[in-house]
Formats: sequence, structure tokens, C-alpha cells
Amino acid sequence: MTRLPEFHAAKWDEPLVMEMGRPGGRGQLFPAPEPEVAEAVGTGLIPAAMARKDRPELPEITEFEAQRHYLHLSQMTLGMMGISLFGTCTMKYNSKTAEYATLRPELAEVHPYQHPDTLQGVLEIIHDFDVILRSLSGMDQFIFQAGGGADAAYTMATVARAYWADRGLLGQRTEMVTSVQAHPCNPATAAAAGFTVVNLPLEDNGYPSLDALKAAVSDKTALIMINNPDDMGIYNPEIKEWVRIAKEAGALCFYDHANFNGVMGKLCARELGFDACMFMLHKTFGAPKGGGGPAVGAFGCSDELAPYLPCPVVVKNGDRYELDDDRPKSAGKVREYWGNVPQVVKAYAWARAMGAEGIELASDISVVANNYMDKKLAEIPGLAISNPDVTQRRMEMTRWSLGPLTEETGVGTADFANRMADYGIDPWWMSHEPWIVPEPFTPEAGELWSKEDIDHWIAVVAQIAQEARENPELVKTAPHNQPVAQLKGDAFEDPEKWAMTWRAYKRKVAGDTATQGVA
Amino acid sequence: MRIGLIVNPVAGLGGAVGLKGTDGPDTVAEALRRGANPQAGARTRLALERLAARCPGADLSVAPGPLGADWAEGSPLTLDIAHMPAASGTGRDTQLAVEAMRDASLIVFAGGDGTARDVAAALPEGAAMLGIPCGVKMHSGVFAVSPGAAGALLADLVSAPDRIAWNDAAEVMDIDEDALRAGVLAPRLYGLARVPVARRLMQASKGGPRMDSAEALTAAAQEVAHNMTPGTLYIIGPGTSAGAVMRAAGHAPTTLGTDALLDGAVVARDARASELEALASDRPVRIVLGVTGQQGFLLGRGNQQISPALIARAGREGLIVLATEEKLASLAQPRLWVDTGVPDLDTALSGYIRVRTGAGRLTMMRVGAS
Repeated sequence: MTRLPEFHAAKWDEPLVMEMGRPGGRGQLFPAPEPEVAEAVGTGLIPAAMARKDRPELPEITEFEAQRHYLHLSQMTLGMMGISLFGTCTMKYNSKTAEYATLRPELAEVHPYQHPDTLQGVLEIIHDFDVILRSLSGMDQFIFQAGGGADAAYTMATVARAYWADRGLLGQRTEMVTSVQAHPCNPATAAAAGFTVVNLPLEDNGYPSLDALKAAVSDKTALIMINNPDDMGIYNPEIKEWVRIAKEAGALCFYDHANFNGVMGKLCARELGFDACMFMLHKTFGAPKGGGGPAVGAFGCSDELAPYLPCPVVVKNGDRYELDDDRPKSAGKVREYWGNVPQVVKAYAWARAMGAEGIELASDISVVANNYMDKKLAEIPGLAISNPDVTQRRMEMTRWSLGPLTEETGVGTADFANRMADYGIDPWWMSHEPWIVPEPFTPEAGELWSKEDIDHWIAVVAQIAQEARENPELVKTAPHNQPVAQLKGDAFEDPEKWAMTWRAYKRKVAGDTATQGVA
Repeated sequence: MRIGLIVNPVAGLGGAVGLKGTDGPDTVAEALRRGANPQAGARTRLALERLAARCPGADLSVAPGPLGADWAEGSPLTLDIAHMPAASGTGRDTQLAVEAMRDASLIVFAGGDGTARDVAAALPEGAAMLGIPCGVKMHSGVFAVSPGAAGALLADLVSAPDRIAWNDAAEVMDIDEDALRAGVLAPRLYGLARVPVARRLMQASKGGPRMDSAEALTAAAQEVAHNMTPGTLYIIGPGTSAGAVMRAAGHAPTTLGTDALLDGAVVARDARASELEALASDRPVRIVLGVTGQQGFLLGRGNQQISPALIARAGREGLIVLATEEKLASLAQPRLWVDTGVPDLDTALSGYIRVRTGAGRLTMMRVGAS
């Protein structure tokens, strides 16, 4: 049995930065401009009507105090530096080398509105990475404008809309077909683009049946959007037939490659018949994520759909790289400029470092690691694998259920997640809604974590399962070793308790009447 | 908040000895003859131990003797034994016990669907109920997942009420046991009850805010109401999902019975088949239906007022089915069932049907003949 180290997170009784400091406290003392500079610039740069009358309400603290404050806050954050087998997120190490590459002035100090002649290096990287993704998918063109997976799904929805409008069939092709287990961004973005969402339920084999698909598609179907494997970890072996049926009905087919890690280099979306796909560079391709971004959903499609891509598209013309903005059928932008280019550079660095063989090997390791984990988790009483009758091996992650343990002890998956933090482990990922199995959790080991890390993680799960039986209240009232105790649930649902700004904090928490009635 | 406890000491007796349920004194006698061991008391103890571990002095009103107090004996909880007429060994005891605890705003009961029905029937307006699962049949949405979970929920109610949310429309269902013994599953909705539910105390770490499926269902109902065709008779089946369409059209639904709308107006309430057939006359007919929880029945269970003739008039295309995605996900099998009594009609209804789960949001569900 793995020995679990004792752990307690740092706890600082840290005030808000606005409550710190003293009048006159400051971090920097800026010198007055030299007389020549002052003369050249002149005074009155800011029109009187626009100049503020009062001093801004800013914390008056020294640079050192500011640094110490934020260091304390960072120490109180569990972050993603524990062992994080956070399913559907494909946690990977974000190399410092790639980080440094993006800090170079050739990237850090350029602007997308510069003349392309001065951007040839960046454009070359974007184009070369496009080519790498083409080789992994069989698509004909990639763009990186989408700021995440959901943005890329929305790109698909808008491209499909433009495609059908161009054919005069948008009034007829009004439906998008997907699986109930597809990532919720697929139905959400299709709905946002105006399509009616048709969900297929999971049936006996853990994925939707061909019969359901046949009943769902018709001359009203604009597109299908599908993951494979989905979050249950089951690869749908009928996927080629799926695409054939959908295409027979005239629909476009989009492969959401959110769960690409288990099949990298093993299959090719275009060979399966898909018209488009997307990769998440901040997951599968080793670029960082978290904090809501920056992220990149790399969207790729066939030549047939390429005219509808958002602009600009980076293209190679002879030895020159250009930004192609002249695409009259373009669906329009989903985001500004060319996307989060530093993330593209990091993903490019990852792909180049791994090489084609390395990428395939990483895929194998992620599947082996998950199957090892499945075997170990099955030894813990009270845990149940989803679709227990499916004999097919799971891919890079598996949906598990805490159902039996919850029935026995009343301890559920959210309680587990809270308690994991007490062992310095990042809370696990449960499931997207709706929950198809009771009290779900979804671990994903990926190729990063060592066997020792995985054993450690499983030992924590086993320990909490034991605690659930012996002292369920300990788990239900967790976390205990973190700077913040369990949050009261009602605060999440009461906007009167939310304070996102200092002004809102003063009004709602400190009861400052001067700010009452101010948004 | 005052909490009352009632135990149905014979709940669940029929299950282990293959009787499918324990409704009525004859079944109880038969179960005991077959050697069944009462479970409800021991399961109640489990729940109370969980409550007492966290809230040792918590106040509890209990029904006397085997209806409650016996199972709390020795517990550190502060017990107040309610006065009520001597037990008769029938469901009437449960109802009398609820009436004896009029001041309780939550009745905790140990039993199954039959007990839930008895509690719901006697429960004062505004009061809530919570089941410690002990029955053979538990199709109602009023049960905790286990005795321990019921105890934990009670402890939260007493010591950490912010962990609790309330559902005002949990379905009280029951199944006709005689029919079940004859091999027919016949669930029926008996009413709606207020129940405490554990809040999921978690932040959405990924994926943003969760979809409120009840809101989504309301939106689906509004879409149906908005797109109703003039001159078509809309038959609104029992249940909250179908009832949402009535509400969206501006009318209060019967909920336990079948209503009908024509050109936006209510033309029948809690109607019988003959009444609906007369209304249908030569008009086009569409039928708005919900799905029974867990079993997934569409037609032929609890909605027999919608006769085969009406169903045949509507056809599969004329059925408008509403359900939340959660309800569909929690079905015992990913299937819906029909049992209209006319085999050819059942066959004609088989295949896939589009269930509305939100505005512009559908789920394909396989329909089978029961």
C-alpha cells in the first residue's frame, strides 16, 4: 500500500489587496521627465474633460508587499501542480522550453496588424503546424482562431450554416444530430447557430445505436457532431458506418477530437469520412490551460468546406507566407485576429519534440495507463465502472461511479472531490450533465503521470473510500487541510452574496451604504 | 423545523419472498408465512444512528411503538412520542400517525411506494416528506438513496440547512401489485410532494453553469404551446411534464388526469376516454405525454383514458413527448414502452420517437411494445 504523506496547505490570513497598505505607500517612484522630453511631449495630452478629478482608488503598497501578497495567495491555491488525473482535460506537462520560446521578441513583441513581410517567422510556424495537423487528420486546411474547443465547435456550426446557406438549403437543413454523451459544447454551439439539437441516447454497447442514428437523420439534417471515444472511454467501432449513414442523408460530419489522446496517430478523421474536426492544443498538444484560457481549438476541414472558414487563413505562396482575407464565402470571424498564437507555438514545439512516433507512443501509454488504473480501481469496494457489461477495453479515460459506496455511506462524488484536496490531490473530474451513471467520476492518466503517481492517486481514493465507511462525516465536511473550509452552497445561488469587484464587496459584504444602489 | 418519524413495520416484507410488494394485510400475512423478516425497523435505526452521530440532541416526533418509537430506543435523540389510536396493522396507521403529528413540517417515513402514498394522502398543505427506502417498490421520487443517506440528509437539515434544497414537485408513484404479480408493470402517479434534496456542493470546475432541466422542460412546453395548430385537439396526459404544456398555454393542469385543449381553450378536464373521443370527432388529434420515471412508460400505464382509438388517430407522428434529460438518463433501460392493449397499434408505435427535452432540443428514444 502506498504511504500517503501528511499534508496541510499553506494558510495565510490574507486581507484583500484593497484593504492593505497606507497613504503614500507605493511600489515605484517614477522620475520626472527630462526637460527636453517634457518640451517635446508638451502638457495637456489628456483633454480636461477626460482627466479624472479624483485620485483613483488603488492600493497603496510597496512592490515587496504586493509580491508577498500574491505569493501568499498562490500558496493557498491548490493549482494544478498536484497529481491531477482530471478526466476529459488530458493533463500534460507544459514545458518551460516552449514557454521561453514564446517569450522571444520575435513573438512577444509582434502585432497581427504588422505587415506580413515582418511576420514571416510566426506565419511559417503557424503554417507548418497546420501541415502537422493535416497529417494527423487528413484535413486540407486548419485555422487557429477559435479560443478553445467550444469555440471550434461553434466554428463548425457557423461553417455548416454558411455551407447550407450557400446552397440555398439552410431553411431545410435545420437539425444537428449528436450523442447525449458528446461534449455539451456541441449541442450548445449548434443551438447558438440556430440549429435544432437532436440527441441520441447511449444504448446497450455504451454508445448510440445505428438504428437511432438512422431514425434521426433525414434531409433536414445539416450536420452531425460527435466525439469518439466519448467520455465513457468507449470507442464506437461503428463510426465509419455512422459517417456513411449521415453522408447518405446529405449531412456534414464533424469529429470533435476532444478525446484525441487515446487515438493519436491511430486513425485519420478524413479517412473515416469526416468533413471537419477540431483539436484542443491546450489539452492534447501540451500547451497550458486553466484560468479559462488562453486556449486554442484548432479547426480543420476539407477543401469543400475551406471557402467558408473564418478569415484570415495563413497560406503559403511560393516561399512566402500570407494572410488570406479575401474569402467572400467566409462564415465570418469567431474571434479576433489569428487566435492565441503563443499557444500555437507551444503546441508546435510539443509536436516537433514528440515526432510522429512519439505521438503514437504517447497515445499507447495513455491507454495502457488508463487500463492499469481501471484494474486497480476495480479492487476498491464500492466503486463501479460504467457499462460493466461492455468487454471492450476502455481508451484513455473511463467513466466510473461511486454509486454503491454512496448508497452504503451517503458519501458522494462531490464529497470525495472535496476530501481529495486534503491529501494535496486536485479534486477529480465528475462528469458533464446529465449524469448518466450515479455519482460519477472520470479519471484520465494520460502519458505524463508515472506509475508511482497513479498508485498514489489510487491510494488516496482507497483511503477516502475507507473513511466514507468509518467516518462519513469527515468526508462530508471536507476539506479540513485547506485554507478554505467547505463553502456554503446557498451562496452560489444568491447573487446578493456574489462580490466580483471591490465596489460590490464594499456594498454586499462590508455593508458600505455609500455604494448602495451602484452596480 | 419539526420533524416527524413514521415507520411502516411491514414495509418491504414481500420483496425477499417474491411477492413484488406488501400492499394489504393478506399479503403481509402471506409474506410472514413465507418466512419474510421485517427490515424497516433496522433500516430506520441506521438512519437515526447517522442523524444522532452528528446531532445527538436533535428533536424528533415519533409515532408510538413499532410505528416509530421502538426503533429509536436508546438513541440520544430527544424524542416526543405522538398520541394516536391503537395500530390496526394497515395503511390507515400511517395516515393517522401523520395526522397526529400535525405540527411537523417534515414527515420522515420508513416504507415503500405504498407508505409514500399513505403519507402523501394525509400530509398537511406545505409540509414535506422524505422516505427511508424500505419498500419493495420505490418508484416515487421521495426516497433518499439509502437509510444512511436519509440520516445524513436529516443531520444536514438540523445542523447545516444550507446543504439542503427543496423539490416541490416530487412524484408519488405506485404500482398495482396484483397486476405486477400477473406480469404487468402498471405505474401510476398519485400526487406531488415537497421533498428535501441534498444540494450538490460543488463549483462547476469545468463546463460552466449546469443546465436547469426543469427550466429546459418549461421552455420545451412553451415551444409546443406556441406551435399548436388551430382546429387540432390536443390531449394532455397526466404528469408534470405533459402538464407543463397546459401551464405554458395559460391553464392549470389536472396533473393526475387527462385534459384537452382546442384553439388554446380547455375543452375537457380530467376527462374519460368517451369524452375525449367525442371531442376528437373528425378533428386532427395530437397527444401530449410525459414518461413514467424508471420504467419509461409512454402509454397504457396510468393514462388509459387515452384510448387506442385516440392513439390510432394521432399515430406516432401525433405524439408529443416531453421529459427532462435527467429522467431519460435515469431510465432502467434506454427505452420507452407502450401497452395500448392493441398489439398492432403497439407495433405501429414501435421504433424511435423524438422526445422534447428543451426548446429546440430533442432526444431520440427507442419505443418498444411492452
